[in-house]
Amino acid sequence: MTAVIDEARPQRVSFFNDPKVRSRAAQIVFALLLLWVGYEIYHNTSANLAKLGKNVDFNFLGNTAGFDIIQRPIEYSRESSYLTAILVGFLNTLIIAILGVICATILGFVIGVMRLSSNWLLAKMAAGYVEIIRNIPLLLQILFWYTAVLKPLPGPKESLSFLGVAFLNNRGFIIPKPIWGDGAGFVGIAFIIGCIAAIAVSRWARQRQERTGEQFHSFWAGLGLIIGLPIVAFLLAGAPVTFEYPELKGFNFAGGTTILPELIALLLALSIYTASFIAEIVRAGIMAVSHGQSEAAHALGLRAQPTLRLVVIPQALRVIIPPLTSQYLNLTKNSSLAVAIAYPDLVAMGGVVMNQSGRAVEIVVIWMIVYLALSLFTSAFMNWYNARVRLVER
Amino acid sequence: MTDLSSSHAWVRTKDAERLPPPPNTTGVVGWLLQNLFNTPLNSVFTIIGVAFIAWIGWGIIEWAIIRGVFSGESRDACVAVPDSGACWPYVAAKFHQFVYGFYPFDQRWRVNICFIVGAIALATMAIPSLPYKKWNALFLLVVYPLMTFVLLTGGNLDFSTSTLLGIVGLLLLSALIVPLLAFGIEEGVQRNRTALLLAGAALLIWLVTLFISMPEINLLGSFVSVSTLAVVALLLAAAIMSLVHEASSRDVSARSALLGWVGACCAVIAVLLVMTVDFGLVAVETQQWGGLLVTMVVAITGIVASLPLGILLALGRRSKMPVVRLFSVVFIEVWRGVPLITVLFMSSIMLPLFLPEGVNFDKLLRALVGTALFSAAYMAETVRGGLQAIPKGQYEAAQALGLSYWRTMSLIVLPQALKIVIPGIVNSFISLFKDTTLVLIIGLFDLLGIVKASFADPKWAAPQTASTGFFVAALMFWVFCFGMSRYSIYMERRLATGHKRRGI
Repeated sequence: MTAVIDEARPQRVSFFNDPKVRSRAAQIVFALLLLWVGYEIYHNTSANLAKLGKNVDFNFLGNTAGFDIIQRPIEYSRESSYLTAILVGFLNTLIIAILGVICATILGFVIGVMRLSSNWLLAKMAAGYVEIIRNIPLLLQILFWYTAVLKPLPGPKESLSFLGVAFLNNRGFIIPKPIWGDGAGFVGIAFIIGCIAAIAVSRWARQRQERTGEQFHSFWAGLGLIIGLPIVAFLLAGAPVTFEYPELKGFNFAGGTTILPELIALLLALSIYTASFIAEIVRAGIMAVSHGQSEAAHALGLRAQPTLRLVVIPQALRVIIPPLTSQYLNLTKNSSLAVAIAYPDLVAMGGVVMNQSGRAVEIVVIWMIVYLALSLFTSAFMNWYNARVRLVER
Repeated sequence: MTDLSSSHAWVRTKDAERLPPPPNTTGVVGWLLQNLFNTPLNSVFTIIGVAFIAWIGWGIIEWAIIRGVFSGESRDACVAVPDSGACWPYVAAKFHQFVYGFYPFDQRWRVNICFIVGAIALATMAIPSLPYKKWNALFLLVVYPLMTFVLLTGGNLDFSTSTLLGIVGLLLLSALIVPLLAFGIEEGVQRNRTALLLAGAALLIWLVTLFISMPEINLLGSFVSVSTLAVVALLLAAAIMSLVHEASSRDVSARSALLGWVGACCAVIAVLLVMTVDFGLVAVETQQWGGLLVTMVVAITGIVASLPLGILLALGRRSKMPVVRLFSVVFIEVWRGVPLITVLFMSSIMLPLFLPEGVNFDKLLRALVGTALFSAAYMAETVRGGLQAIPKGQYEAAQALGLSYWRTMSLIVLPQALKIVIPGIVNSFISLFKDTTLVLIIGLFDLLGIVKASFADPKWAAPQTASTGFFVAALMFWVFCFGMSRYSIYMERRLATGHKRRGI
């Protein structure tokens, strides 16, 4: 009898073979190792810094910068602080990132759809574009646009003129500057009202369709509201805008707004390069919607256009959006290559401040935190969006 | 009975002659009509497309060939022609620099050997039908890096006596683990108690010396503290005891573990020997490296170093241990969240601060550390994709067979997962290859860096130098990247084992 009881009792697991014990021991050893490495790094860094007579603190950010920045979205002068300089750099990063995202998305969608075109030539051209552009390093493309295309342009006197109002030369692209007069605020207000009205209309249209089945062209109505209302307001206010046209005075242009060649080169390279990746994402997204979906939609009596709008695109977007967001993130991170052509972005400004103040550790920490925050923010948004459009499975 | 032939005027007895298909559906014309001019809109697009291609194509041909300058000794040849195109003599004069950088002229055969051997080993590795993949991989991952290291730098490293003693100590310490691996922890500890106690004593002495300094004696021309000698001696005794124990055992697993240990020791000693022996090669500082050579060194080291790191990180991210998982997630997300350029700045500026005083890295090595860590994070995500694609049944089956975690991973899961992600690995290699250009920002001369630097040479500074240089650099990068991407597509097709739907 006792033998039977002994067998039924679970065998004592040896202390060394208990998975829980092993797992905990491994984690403790790992954590100790990490702590040791961390301590070593901290210890060495502080010892090395002490030897150089430095310490880590961020008070230097208040010191006067003393250098000029060629593109200033906010008030900045030589007397401003390092912090302001870095902030200017950050805003310039945002500017290039936003412009780049817009241009790359448009170009990428066009190329992606072209690759699926029934026109053989268009499809091959798009394929050629993708294969050529994405296999050439981005930095090379930036340097090419800057050094080989924009810098050799003629000087202000021989500028390339666009209808006599905009000029392209080696100092940048000079365009007329709009000066808003009284009542221009109404246009902005009208635009906001138009946006709200468009959202309201589309909600009403959807509710009505769900109730009655009647459809309403909310897209065109919305577009009309968003564009039409500001135009009406603009005309009613008496067209309160005048343009300051650039004029050649002496050796340079006076008036107008100058878009820096650095910005143009960076924007061109970033959007052309990223568009080649976006095109592939778009193509893959559309291909991922199985043909049966379109056939089913046709069988239900939907025409080509509603099939595309109601069946194919929503499903394709589900595939497209996550990799698209990571491309946007890549574009933002790649905009740091601006430092190679001295466009004053976050990394370039940080570099200048680092050279002047010798505060390497602090600047690297600032870079890391800003970029990490940007990417965490984007991925949080992406997770939220993914959760929203996720396929509801039973 | 009626006669059929009389009631019908005529009955066909043979097939009618086949008509040719409508002329506008076959041949060149039919193809054009179907693919290029099937709708009015498409016709417009086609015409615009043809015009665009003609414009670009003619532009390039005109610039490169018709207006191009093909001979000359200096910039004068390219400046003399008004409105000249590409300046080819500049490329001819600088091409060696594009490939080797400032590597001494009479030593360039060393670089050539590395390029050729690497190309052959990679090609035999990449062609699936060739045999001896395992040995080839071993060559590429162990022998080849060592060979290139010795050839490119000249080898002949000087290890300090304490470093050598440290390595010997680690090897001896590893001898103690052999019985634990062979018999499992419990039995291993029981069998080998004395040796472990000796090792414990050695560790204790080492800990004590961290706080109390010991007298030093002269050994083979360099000073070593008494305590270090004591530690090594104790470890030696412990290792011999455990090895003797092992060797006297008739157990098969003990024998194989012993053999494995001896093999590993021999390999480490061989590596040390190769690195320290003077082969009579002139030492070439890394400052003199440049061009394609640096691009290759950074890209290949990055990928070789990032693969094992990436695998470990990917496993860590899927681990059930919270500490390990948290570390992996943070590590991966931090590196993936920041641009490579800040990583390079960090490794070139901050790495020296992290290291103990007196330890110095050269610039290239610092850049290598940065790129390796950066690409390890991306590699980890690629490998994780492969791990997630392995069905749970594989893990469960391995567990049911009683395999340990590491055996499950190394024998069952990773071979399948890595096979799936070969295209992904090739793609990360392509992006790493392109990203190597960033090292020019921290002052290294990779292919793009050296091309850019050559614009400043007054002998060749001409209006068309920059375009020509960029054109050549772009072409070189493109050939490599395009080749690799084709290979990745080829492997993807080859590895797709029929579960995927083809076409729409």
